[in-house]
Amino acid sequence: MTMIGKSVKRVGIEEKVSGAVKFAADMKFANALHVKFVRLDVGHARIKAIDTSAAYMLEGVHFILTAADFPIPMPRYGPFLIDQPIIATGETKFFGDPVAAVVAETENIAEQAAKLVKVDYEELPGVYSLEQALAPDAPLVQDPSIRVNPSLANTNILDEWIFGWGNPDNCPAELELEDSFNFPMTTHFAIEPHVFIAEPEHDGVVITSTVQHPFLLQRVVSDALKMPISKIRVIVPELGGGFGGKGYPKFEPLMAFLAMKLQRTVRLKLTLEETFLVGRRNSSTVRVRAGFQKDGKLAYMKVYADFLIGAYANASPRVVAKGALAGCGIFNPKNVHIHSRAILSHTVPGTAFRGFGAPQFMWALDSIMDMAARKLNIDRLEIRLKNIPQKGEVFIHGEKVCDGDWAEGITKAAKAIDWGKPLPQNCGRGLGIGVKTPAPATVSQAMVRLFSDGSLTLLVGTTEMGQGARTVLSQLAADAMQIPMEHISIINGDTGIVPFDSVTASSRSTVFVGNAVQLACQDLKEKLRKITAECFDTDASDVRFENGKVIIPGKVLTYTDVLVAHYGYGSGEVIGMGTYKEARNPDHPLGGGVSFYEVIFAGAEVEVDKETGFVHVRKLVTVGDIGKAINPLLVESQDEGGAIQGLGHSIMEHLIMDERGRILNLGALDYRIPTTQDIPDILKSMLVENMDGSGPSGAKGTGESGIIPIGSAIGLAVADATGVFFHDLPLTPESVWQGLNIH
Amino acid sequence: MENQAIYSISLIVNQKPYSIKVLPEHTLLDVLRDQLDITGPKECCGVGECGACTILMNGKAVNACLILAVEADGSNLVTIEGLGGKDNLSPLQQAFVDAGAVQCGFCTPGMIMAAQYLINTNPNPTEEDVRLGLEGNLCRCTGYSRIIQAVLSVAQNKEHNVP
Repeated sequence: MTMIGKSVKRVGIEEKVSGAVKFAADMKFANALHVKFVRLDVGHARIKAIDTSAAYMLEGVHFILTAADFPIPMPRYGPFLIDQPIIATGETKFFGDPVAAVVAETENIAEQAAKLVKVDYEELPGVYSLEQALAPDAPLVQDPSIRVNPSLANTNILDEWIFGWGNPDNCPAELELEDSFNFPMTTHFAIEPHVFIAEPEHDGVVITSTVQHPFLLQRVVSDALKMPISKIRVIVPELGGGFGGKGYPKFEPLMAFLAMKLQRTVRLKLTLEETFLVGRRNSSTVRVRAGFQKDGKLAYMKVYADFLIGAYANASPRVVAKGALAGCGIFNPKNVHIHSRAILSHTVPGTAFRGFGAPQFMWALDSIMDMAARKLNIDRLEIRLKNIPQKGEVFIHGEKVCDGDWAEGITKAAKAIDWGKPLPQNCGRGLGIGVKTPAPATVSQAMVRLFSDGSLTLLVGTTEMGQGARTVLSQLAADAMQIPMEHISIINGDTGIVPFDSVTASSRSTVFVGNAVQLACQDLKEKLRKITAECFDTDASDVRFENGKVIIPGKVLTYTDVLVAHYGYGSGEVIGMGTYKEARNPDHPLGGGVSFYEVIFAGAEVEVDKETGFVHVRKLVTVGDIGKAINPLLVESQDEGGAIQGLGHSIMEHLIMDERGRILNLGALDYRIPTTQDIPDILKSMLVENMDGSGPSGAKGTGESGIIPIGSAIGLAVADATGVFFHDLPLTPESVWQGLNIH
Repeated sequence: MENQAIYSISLIVNQKPYSIKVLPEHTLLDVLRDQLDITGPKECCGVGECGACTILMNGKAVNACLILAVEADGSNLVTIEGLGGKDNLSPLQQAFVDAGAVQCGFCTPGMIMAAQYLINTNPNPTEEDVRLGLEGNLCRCTGYSRIIQAVLSVAQNKEHNVP
C-alpha cells in the first residue's frame, strides 16, 4: 500500500506534547563553562582599548576572549564570502557586534563579568539606511582590501545582479506605471533561542548547535580554524523553529576556538533579545516600472531592487540574487530588465528568512498589477490571468519552463474568498502570488540500513525544525520498501553519523533528500536482488519486490528470509546509498538552474477601521502548487504557519532603529508577533496537486511558500477597502491612519 | 560571588515532593529546569510575554520565568510532564496530536498548560474564549488555528480530568 499522500502523524509528536523531547537548551553538559558577550550600545564604533582586569577579578571567571587572542590577520568566516571576523576587530560594525566573550563557571558570573569589561571606544558615523549607505560621501562599511569585486570595493554595494531579455528600453505601451515599495526589516523570532555548545574531543571538536545546515557549518568552521572537516563533528538536536534564522554559522567558530584553546566544554545560550542581533530579514526598496497594453497584457517590466544587507554578507548575496532571478514573479512580460543590489550597512547581518528575497519582490509586483488593473478598469484576477504562463511556457528566459497549472491555483484562491461578490463597507479583498526557486546545484545523500528482522533505519543530513522532514522522509522509505512506519527509524542531525546534505533550507528537503531516499531504497533493492538470486539459486531478473515481500518464481520471501539465508540468523544488514545531485553550471549566475518552482497563491479579506487605521484580517487563504503532498496535513499546516508569519510582516512586525543604529524594539515586549488574537477569523490552506514537480511522486517544495504572497494579499486588500495604495509594509494602525488622513 | 543568602524551599512538582536550596535571584523556571531537570517548561523571552514556561501553580496558570523560587515555597506545581507521559497522553495532549497542532514543539508544553488551565476554569469555552485564553502563548510555526481546534475538540468531549 502506498504511503504517499497520507497524513500520517508527525514522527516524535508524542515526545513533543509530553515535554519529553530534548532541545539543545535542555541538554546537560557536565562541567561546561558559560559564555556571555560584551557589546557596545552603538551601531558603529572604533575600539580603542579593552580593559578586562576588573572582570578577571570576579571569582569563577576563566577567560575573556578578545581580538587580541587571535593571530593577525583575524580569521574570518562566512557561508559565501569569508568576511566576518570571529570577534570584532578594531571596530564594531553593527549594534550587537560582540567585542569580547567572557567565559565563566556559571551564566550568572559570566553576565556579571561582562558588565565589568571596560571598552574604550569612539562612536563613528554609520550608515543605517539605503539612502545613507548609497550617499556619495558615505563611510565604507567594509575595508576595500577584503572586498572580492574590485569595481565595487569603494562603494557600499556588495554586489549586483542583472537579468533581462527582450527590449525593455524601447517597448511601446499604452499604460506606463512606476512606483517603489518598501519591505520591512523583520526578525525570525523562533520560540527557541539559539544555543551553541563546543566540546573538545581527542584532537577535534564536537559542536552541538541549533543550526539548520550542519554540513555547511562543519565546512565553515574547518576553513576558519584550519582544522580538517573530519575533526569537526556537528550535532543538531530538534530545533524549536528555524525559518532561516538558524541557517548559517554564527558563534560556532568562536565557540570551537574557545573549546580548543581552553580544552573545556563551553556553552552559549542566547537570550531572545540576542537572537535579534545575529540575523534578520533584508529590508528592501523595490522600484517597478511597467508598461501595459489596454487589455492588461504586460508589454515590459523593469525592476530595480535595493536590499539593505548588514555589515557582513552572510547569506545576503544569495538572497538578493535569487530574489532577482524571479524578479518578475511568475509574470511573463516578453521584455524584462531586472537589476538587484545588495547594499552594505552598519546593521545586523541580513540572512536567510523564509521566502529568501521573494516576499520583497512580490509586494512590489502585485501592487503594480493592482494599480494597472484600477487604471485600466480590469478585474484584478483577470489581469493576473492574462500575465501568467501556461504549463510548458517559458517565463524566466533561460530557465526551466512553467511547471504548474497556475491559472487553476490563483482561480481557486480567488474563489475561496468569494471574489467578485459584494462586501460590507470598509472591507476589501486582495490577491497575492508567491514564487521562489530552490537552492541550485545542491547535493543530498541518504543511507538506508535493512536489519535482519525486516526493520529499517534511514540516515539523512536533514535537520528537523518543525517542518516535518523526519516524518516525510520516513514515509518515503516506508513506501519504497513497503515497510510499516512503526518499523522505520530515522537518524539525522549528526555529521559524525549521517551522510551529507547541503542545507536544510529553500524548501528543498522533500524534493532532493526525498529523491536521495528513493535512490537509496533502489540501491538497497538491487543489493537484495543480487543476494536473493545467489541464495535462492534464481536469476536476478526474476526477483521482484511487492508489498514488502521478495518474490521469486514459486516463492514469496520476507526480507528476513533473504537476510538469514545470506548472513545466518540475526547477523548482518544490507545497506543502500543514494545520492541526488543537481547539475552545476559555472556560467549560471547562481551556479545552477531551477529544478522546480515553489508557487503559491493567497487571498485575503480585510476590514479597515478608518478611525484608528486598524486592519482586521477576516479571511486568509493560500493555495500551494505542491505537485504532490507526501503528507497533506504537514503541507497544509506548514502553509498556515507561513501565512501567519506573513501576516506579521504585513500588519505588525518591523525592527526599528534610532539614528545611531541601535535597535529600539528588542525582545518580545516591544516586537510583537501574531498571537491568537491577531489571526484571521478564517485561515485556510489548500493545494493544487498535479504531480508535476521534480521530487518523489511529482512533489515540489513548500516550506517557505506560505509567507511569500501574504504582504501582497493583505496589503492589496487594504488598498481595496480604502481606495489608497500603500507603499510600506507593515500596515500598522499608525501607518494606515496616516495614509488615509495625511496626503 | 560575595556571600549570598541561600533559602530552603519545598515544592510539590507533579505530585512529587522536593526540598531544595535556592538563591534569591533564582526563578521558578531556573529551579525546575536546572535543579530538578524538569525541562518541559521552556525559556524563550524570560519576561512573561511568550508563555513557553507556562505551568500550573496551585491550580493557576503562571509564567514560571516571572516567579522567584522563594515565592513558590510550599506550592503545588504541575508541568507538562505531570499531565501525561508520551505513552499515556492526557486527552488534551492527544487532541494536539490528532489536530496536527504541533510543528517544532517548543511552545507546545506551555501552550498545552495554558489550554489546560482554560479548560479547568471554563469547561465549555467558545472559540473566542480559547483565543483569549491562549493569547499569552506565542507560537511561530503553526498559525494557531489547529491549536484552537485541538482545545475546542477536548472541550466538546468533556473528558478533561486534571491531575
